[in-house]
Amino acid sequence: MTQVELDVRNLSVARGGVPVLEGLSFTLKAGEVLVLRGPNGSGKTTLLRTLAGLQPPLAGEISQPPEAIAYGAHADGLKATLSVAENLAFWAAVHGLRDIGPALDHFNLRSLASRAAQNLSAGQKRRLGLARLLVTGRPIWLLDEPTVSLDAASVGLFADAVRAHVADGGAALIATHIDLGLEARVFDVTPFKPDPETGLRTRSAFDEALT
Amino acid sequence: MIALLARDIRLALRAGGGFGLGLAFFLIVVTLVPFGVGPESDILTRIAPGILWIGALLACLLSLDRIFQLDFEDGSLDLLATAPIPMEGIVAVKALAHWITTGLPLVIAAPLLGVLMNLAQPGHGWIFVTLLIGTPALSMIGAFGAALTVGLKRGGLLLSLLVLPLYMPTLIFGAEAATRAIDGFDNTTPLMMLAGITLASVALLPFAAAAALRINLR
Repeated sequence: MTQVELDVRNLSVARGGVPVLEGLSFTLKAGEVLVLRGPNGSGKTTLLRTLAGLQPPLAGEISQPPEAIAYGAHADGLKATLSVAENLAFWAAVHGLRDIGPALDHFNLRSLASRAAQNLSAGQKRRLGLARLLVTGRPIWLLDEPTVSLDAASVGLFADAVRAHVADGGAALIATHIDLGLEARVFDVTPFKPDPETGLRTRSAFDEALT
Repeated sequence: MIALLARDIRLALRAGGGFGLGLAFFLIVVTLVPFGVGPESDILTRIAPGILWIGALLACLLSLDRIFQLDFEDGSLDLLATAPIPMEGIVAVKALAHWITTGLPLVIAAPLLGVLMNLAQPGHGWIFVTLLIGTPALSMIGAFGAALTVGLKRGGLLLSLLVLPLYMPTLIFGAEAATRAIDGFDNTTPLMMLAGITLASVALLPFAAAAALRINLR
């Protein structure tokens, strides 16, 4: 795995045209886990989507190696009528990998491999969604509340997967509220909430039409 | 990209995937028209190419909102956007999958259903040829419309209104090419126009649709 580093300088992100976080700066180096904290609605998801390249930043710079990001969203992107193995094999093929065996083993999905995704429980679906990260082969994981609907044992499996990934030279940025038992730096986004008085207001297309 | 094509076709063929919906709708239209118009065979013969084309076009329209909406709802579209496939490639592959599962069955069924419409003799082959040339444009234009409306709840109405005017040139030249051939005239010009529309759609619309998707994913 190549040397990875996610470097964020003075980043501002907006949701629906309203800035939710301003002036963020942090660095995520290979072998590190960074845990994002902040109350609901504080912009953690928006930050992760911006870093994943799904939306442009309002201001600031993000520097990262090309094609290094694996994004784990709230939704797992599973197809109900495909089996566990088919779902995983599809994401593996998209990312140019073939072998889904280690990912199945890691998240204890081997016995469910031929089960259709629609017949899985919420926790099993989540495990399948997290197993997808292993078949992307990407070094930087951006995870949005990865432990939702997981039981204690599965949280342990997930923490092991993150630990193995980080030991292998990867990195992970995780938005979560529970303690994963990982050696991680904590990054609280609350102080970066824009001041409603002085914060820069974004101009939407409607504002331009009015002036 | 081949994995995406294989997945989309497999999903369409699985239970609830919508394969056969367009085909069944096409069959219904073509079966009902003779009852509505009356049994005079010369009238049916005259309107047959037009009805077959309209039926195929509406059947195509029926399944358009599935192209991106399902992937958007379950989060796959976000994940595909971060995958190492260009968005333009995703659009092109999904339009191709739509054509294989919806357009191609219509193309194959149309000459057979032409019998119900008392289609004149050289018409069966020409309906097949014109639909084969024209339906890829229907899928591609439809994918563009679906990309524009992907974030909207119940976007089907808006999608139909957006796409219908864009479908008109394809319908006009497609039906005209078939009618002229049946009447024994030279149909090179409408056939060329039809092929031109298809080629232009396939060449340009993936870029427009990819831009629309990027904005809708924000």
